[in-house]
Amino acid sequence: MLDCTPKKIIKRTGGMINPAKTCQPIGAMYAALGIHNCLPHSHGSQGCCAYHRSHLTRHFREPVMATTSSFTEGASVFGGGGNLKTAIKNVFAIYDPDIMAVHTTCLSETIGDDIPTIIKGAEVPEGKLVIHANTPSYQGSHITGFSNMVKGMVAYLAEATTDEKKEQVNIIPGFVNPGDMREIKRLAGKMGIRFIMFPDTSGVLDSPMTGKFEMFPAGGAKVEDIRDSGNSKLTIALGYYASSDAAHLLERNCRVPAITLKTPIGIKATDELLMTLRSKFVQEIPYELEEERGQLVDVITDNHHHFYGKKVALFGDPDILTGLTEFVLSLGMRPVHVLTGTPSGTLGGPQGIFEKEIKEMLAAAGLEGRVKAAGDLFELHQWIKNEPVDLLMGNTYGKYIARAEDLPFVRVGFPILDRGVHPYMPIVGYRGAMRLVEMISSALLDRQDRDAADEDFELVM
Amino acid sequence: MINVSTAVPNDNLIVERQSSILVKGRQRKNQLKCDAESIAGCVSQRACVYCGARVVLNPVTDAIHLVHGPIGCASYTWDIRGSLSSGSELYRNSFSTDLKENDVIFGGEKKLARAIDELVEKYKAELVFVYSTCVVGVIGDDLEAVCKAAAQKHGIQVIPVQSSGFIGNKSAGYRAACDALLRLIEPPGGPRPLNNGRLVKSVNYLGDFNLAGEAWIIKDYLKRIGVEVNVVFTGDSNYRDLKKAPEASLNIMQCAGSMAYLARRMEVLYGIPSMRISFLGLEDTAASLRRIAAFFDDPEMMRRAEELIEQETAAVRPEIERYREKLSGKKAAIYVGGGFKAISLIKQFREIGIDVVMVGTQTGREEEYQTLHDISDDGTVILDDANPSELERFMIEQGAHLLVGGVKERPLAYKLGVAFIDHNHDRKHPLSGYVGAVNFAREVYSTVCSPVWKYARDVGGGLYAAGNKALPER
Repeated sequence: MLDCTPKKIIKRTGGMINPAKTCQPIGAMYAALGIHNCLPHSHGSQGCCAYHRSHLTRHFREPVMATTSSFTEGASVFGGGGNLKTAIKNVFAIYDPDIMAVHTTCLSETIGDDIPTIIKGAEVPEGKLVIHANTPSYQGSHITGFSNMVKGMVAYLAEATTDEKKEQVNIIPGFVNPGDMREIKRLAGKMGIRFIMFPDTSGVLDSPMTGKFEMFPAGGAKVEDIRDSGNSKLTIALGYYASSDAAHLLERNCRVPAITLKTPIGIKATDELLMTLRSKFVQEIPYELEEERGQLVDVITDNHHHFYGKKVALFGDPDILTGLTEFVLSLGMRPVHVLTGTPSGTLGGPQGIFEKEIKEMLAAAGLEGRVKAAGDLFELHQWIKNEPVDLLMGNTYGKYIARAEDLPFVRVGFPILDRGVHPYMPIVGYRGAMRLVEMISSALLDRQDRDAADEDFELVM
Repeated sequence: MINVSTAVPNDNLIVERQSSILVKGRQRKNQLKCDAESIAGCVSQRACVYCGARVVLNPVTDAIHLVHGPIGCASYTWDIRGSLSSGSELYRNSFSTDLKENDVIFGGEKKLARAIDELVEKYKAELVFVYSTCVVGVIGDDLEAVCKAAAQKHGIQVIPVQSSGFIGNKSAGYRAACDALLRLIEPPGGPRPLNNGRLVKSVNYLGDFNLAGEAWIIKDYLKRIGVEVNVVFTGDSNYRDLKKAPEASLNIMQCAGSMAYLARRMEVLYGIPSMRISFLGLEDTAASLRRIAAFFDDPEMMRRAEELIEQETAAVRPEIERYREKLSGKKAAIYVGGGFKAISLIKQFREIGIDVVMVGTQTGREEEYQTLHDISDDGTVILDDANPSELERFMIEQGAHLLVGGVKERPLAYKLGVAFIDHNHDRKHPLSGYVGAVNFAREVYSTVCSPVWKYARDVGGGLYAAGNKALPER
């Protein structure tokens, strides 16, 4: 299908071919689903909301609830204030969430709707909350939108009410699957540390089959916990792009010190998370986690000859890629192409250091590679044509390149539309790393089996 | 039994929504409100103008489909239709001008022109569709002018699609797509009837998007009775074939929701009459083939149609009967995009012994709701632009075993312990014609009678799926 992608690279200035990102509002919607009893609201045309819900539904295979301001031509000329006010009234009257999280769209941003003013003038029932985030689709990416909505949670909800900070840590997990959030919570729990995770989509987008449709499933960060995050003694932002802005806002507003760590993918990043928790809370790392780490190192040792020197192309969201690059390097692989669609610096979003950070990792390993932010998959495909790889890792959209170039392909990241179960299975922590080792080695060895001549076809590998 | 009129908001029904729901036998049939704008603050299952335009045009295989706007609109519609191609795969790429803040402030026309230049250079396409999105509609880029200039520069057709999301609902998008198609097929020198009243045995097949290769099945049937399909709108179509559209002597139309406007215009402009047909289910497929043969008033064609119907029916009947035995007495709920499909589905369910107890659409029109009302059993709930809470409530109250819907409805049904089949983009095999009728029956059987539902009912002796007290026995 992509057979027509030419090898010769010509500079393009007219937009994207086969994007490696999507727009802010879907990230905001995903983040808002990570608040308990929260209804995300899309302030724009109906299509935005429908697309985001469909896309998230295809990835998570779960019902995704969100409302829309249903913009019409009139709203676009005279402003969407009336629509939003009606929507706020209807949402609380019909669906009765505790909190409604409004995000904007390119349409309402371009018209210039002033959301805080509209919210102030709306009928919000006693005890109910409306928060908002500005998420113009023409800036940044879905990761920026996630970051902005988490920032909105802090801006509206977090409060410093105690004189002394509590012995608890805030963890902002970043744009990862509910399975990853569960795993991070498990690690913090094993450390014996009280934590507040927000947003937290576990129990929302991985809910059990009960024979009942829950408009608001049992999971999600509770509003009172997000409020209390202002009293914590530390915030750990996992992932620079998705989480650090909110952590810094919390630091400014409530004097909660912020530390940004990598999304804990692989040994080193997971070590850093646990060591940070250990040093800040003077807790020993329990034997169970030491054992898990030892098992992971054991597994890598047992299989390292499969990975050594293999060239890999990685694409996806910047925070995931940073952890993933570090991890595949630790396996002895060579990440020669690393590309994200999210721009490095975003107006209204974090000023990132994606390219610099990845290049430094490569340099430290004595490697050179192509690294790019704000790229697209057309370009990645051209890179691969110019320098072939042994493995491709990324979201579902990589399947076209994998097919055209006949590459083994490991699916990680968002969105994964053509396989199930993945939202439940973590890639973070030691166990998540073990799963990645299994996925990578299975992909490489399945390929070796497929291509082996009869005489080279081996039972024991 | 439900009494919709006494439903109050706390009961998960919005007052304003009550006029969009009725129960057959309880209210008069012309009482249903439809084709109205959705209410702000509802969890609507509906989409936008761009979505409507994109789904209709996307199957044109050798076109560059360039989405002019910020990235999202292109990302979400990248290769999601499942429409198959026998030729070019160009349409399966995602092209976006990826508008940024500066473009929104200073206008996106230059970037659009550059994008067209670069893409045409790269892919040597003869046809470019440029889709307008919400932002473009607001900042006022002159799409017509940019497209015209690009067309002249490259000597190809560059057609703007006026599909800004907020200018209406999905139906408005169908219309925008049809307008683009009409511009495409217009012969040099302007529209004029090309078939001259000759009954050339050639038809255009409108409203089949070749999902899972469905249009190919129907083309084969028509060929066997002596009818050539001139061009399909738009499944597996291409620039050259679409250009020939005015030459056909009849337009047959499957998905009327998206194509009725195009058919009307082609009748006015090219003198091509149109006929609604449906190839969903044995009954409608046979009736449609007969009506086409009758149109051409050709005894030989009718003979061949009868022969085909007999042969194909005989080939699939035993298998369908087997499923019918297993499925008899089960109940289905339908929530699909258009009204015409819903009508066909009710008949198709009857063929496999299933009663439809709830039926709704996103964009059905008044006359379609009248027909739905006419063919439904008493007690059937009929609703327009339903939201998930309504779907949940009526599926449970009506004891549905199965929901037919699209991507957003699937997990909702599953959570309730209700089986599901996708009759939209995510279908995995053809559902048209005789082969489709068997696939349909098999899929209904495989999901309604899946072993998984046993576990949904029982765990440790209790009801796991205790939430749905009405979870039907299987």
